[in-house]
Amino acid sequence: MSRGFGKGVNPMKWPQSKRLFACAFLVLAMLFCDVHAACALPNSKVMAIPAFARKYGLPCSACHTAWPELNNFGQVFRDNGYQLMNDRDSPIWQNPSYFPITFRITPNWHRESTDHQQVQTQNVAGTFTGTVTQAGFDLSGMDLWSGGTLYKNISFILLPSSDATATWHFESAFVRFDNLKGSPWFNVKFGKFELDNLISEKRFLFLSANGGLYQVYHFTPPGVAATGAGDLNDFGIGDNQIGIELMGHSKNSYTRYSIAVVSSNEGGVGLTNSSTAGGTPSNRTYDVNLAFSQAFNAKGFSAGGLGLQRVGAFAYVGQRPTYFQTDTSGNPLVGLGNKSFYRVGVAGDFSIGSLELLPLFMHGHDNAYLGSGLASNSGPLPSTTRAPSFNGGFIEAHYYFNPQNVALFRFEKINMGQQADTTNPGDFGNVTAYSFGYRWYPIMLSRAGLAIDAEYSRTKSIGIVPESGDGTGNPPLFPTDGVWSSSIFLGFDFDF
Amino acid sequence: MIPNKLAVRFALGSMALLTLGATVVTAQATHVNSVNPNLGAPSVESEQSHIDGVTGHAYNGKKLYRRFCIGCHGPDGNGEGENAQWIDPKPRDFTEATFKCRSTPTGTLPTDEDLYNAITRGFVTTNMPQWRPLSPQQRADLVAFVKTWSPRWAKEKSGTPLTIPSETPITIDSILRGRAMFQKLECWKCHGPEGHGDGPSAATLTDDKSNPIRPYNFSTGTRFMCGETNQDLYRIFMTGLDGSPMPSFADVVKPDEAWDLVHFLRTMQPLKTQEASLWQSYVSAHGKDIKPIGPDSAAGAQ
Repeated sequence: MSRGFGKGVNPMKWPQSKRLFACAFLVLAMLFCDVHAACALPNSKVMAIPAFARKYGLPCSACHTAWPELNNFGQVFRDNGYQLMNDRDSPIWQNPSYFPITFRITPNWHRESTDHQQVQTQNVAGTFTGTVTQAGFDLSGMDLWSGGTLYKNISFILLPSSDATATWHFESAFVRFDNLKGSPWFNVKFGKFELDNLISEKRFLFLSANGGLYQVYHFTPPGVAATGAGDLNDFGIGDNQIGIELMGHSKNSYTRYSIAVVSSNEGGVGLTNSSTAGGTPSNRTYDVNLAFSQAFNAKGFSAGGLGLQRVGAFAYVGQRPTYFQTDTSGNPLVGLGNKSFYRVGVAGDFSIGSLELLPLFMHGHDNAYLGSGLASNSGPLPSTTRAPSFNGGFIEAHYYFNPQNVALFRFEKINMGQQADTTNPGDFGNVTAYSFGYRWYPIMLSRAGLAIDAEYSRTKSIGIVPESGDGTGNPPLFPTDGVWSSSIFLGFDFDF
Repeated sequence: MIPNKLAVRFALGSMALLTLGATVVTAQATHVNSVNPNLGAPSVESEQSHIDGVTGHAYNGKKLYRRFCIGCHGPDGNGEGENAQWIDPKPRDFTEATFKCRSTPTGTLPTDEDLYNAITRGFVTTNMPQWRPLSPQQRADLVAFVKTWSPRWAKEKSGTPLTIPSETPITIDSILRGRAMFQKLECWKCHGPEGHGDGPSAATLTDDKSNPIRPYNFSTGTRFMCGETNQDLYRIFMTGLDGSPMPSFADVVKPDEAWDLVHFLRTMQPLKTQEASLWQSYVSAHGKDIKPIGPDSAAGAQ
């Protein structure tokens, strides 16, 4: 092979068998290194989230189906305020040198490709519709989180998080008062936190640009195709919000509820809608999120498997401003003209032997002013304007060969119900996506973890920018264009 | 758009080989021993447990053991998991089939339900958590698998569970008789005259693996290791905690006397119980006449 390269042979012109052999050689070389690394380790590894694993000495597989996704034992631990409800919970039990910090980052190689993009080439005249393809070695962002108990039944999380350029923000920061009045049904959380989503996007197993998010968790209607006006709503149910939550659960967390009142600013800080500097000022209103779920044992299904079946429902009702009070220079100060939106849905988590299925359905609705990008004090709505709505969801499947090996698949679909404008194409904004991958956890110590993650994901979005932001970040030339965006991802996801 | 074929093949090939490699390596490097080193132990393929109409299967329990238990109890079931060195008390060694919390006489094997209850309840004063979040089927599967670590489970049957008679009335006389039993049986030597776990022998106690072990401190008011009710307390000292210095008193204590002792032990806990209330009233009225518990005490005369 090296002789071929020396002669300037183009690998793209090799016969298929030779190309496959070359690929296999590279991958085997990677694996060879990994195998030796894994075999050099002490025996009997099952892993844990390090901050808590160090505290309790439990394997991470005790709390996670595959980290970071929680199983029911982990859910109970979390619901109890990161306590096992024995006398090891109190900080007094910890060695004084113990400090509950974990970091996580993923060095990776990835390839992103998006078509139907308007591009130019330097020194070449004209604008063309083409494909933008990028590839190379890269870093993910980094989480540096701390969590535990301040006192028995008073817990906390602090999660500074950075992007790959080390621009930091607070992804989570809250204190939680657990088991009020001695009852697990009353727990109060105050700060910035993840909504109580039955299927957590913060704890899922995909990492690639297109697969590393649930499309429907961040989808907003596409706006008006003719004018290019976008929806004013920035809400994503997958994003952490800032506010207060009352949450309760049965002792085994089979039954769970959550009522959260959060600022209408998408988890932003400084009374803006952004976690970092430069955000738009927020309004003075609050949104409400309700979530309920019930788990049950289905005889026959749980044998040999992960156990419980869980179903749940959720509803989020919020509002966003449509215009601003400004200073004399026109700089926005406070959001005004609030208009409402809502998201409702059902979700499940089902285990059939070693197979876990995670289905979700969501219906979304935005006020017509929000959907068409119009200020509510700008006069009556044009006759073509409608309140946009959409239906979306996904089904995700995990197959656990054992706690250290999991195969992944997900299919997602979002269809617009009613467009924000009657002149929009009927499928404007529709999204189809699928992802599959494999995660192998060669290191599953109770003090550190390493997962090797391989993924392929692909999305098709009609007339809009892919949710991943890949490509130029601009919509395609025509609202009927289907933009395909794909990600290939190979990474080392490590956690200490 | 059709992505670059070579890149796609690279990705697909990577995943396929990653799957293959991972499966082979993890099967070799991180496993629960499939060949039990304890010859004569029940087979993982066939061992079962039976708890309230739920049948547990060891082959399912093996997967659960690997996921939940291996970190402490170890891949060989001998209590030498990777975390064991930092844990006090040490994790149970299943290869010896010696269990503290039983409903059966000392020296005998526990029932399936005893093991199931232990998994469910956890041990509050140890690192063993409550595994209540696992389904009943999963807990039953784990019980079945735990029984494959020792040949005792193939050779012996579980002991006959202790019959606990109805509780006698809680009276001050019963408490005083129990106090006399506490003195007579020399419980104070380990648990201390006030039940603080600081008796003269406390510092010298070790379990059957020579690890230091502390006697229960009644003044903490925490749950007992093997339950929290009066029946559980009765069962604890009548069956003993095998593997620990706590013996069985079944041969020397009659049922009525056992209930007396239960009633007295409850007075040592800082809990709002009927026993504590009666005892405090008695102490208020007769405090000067109560002889302290300890060596050469006449507490039995109270």
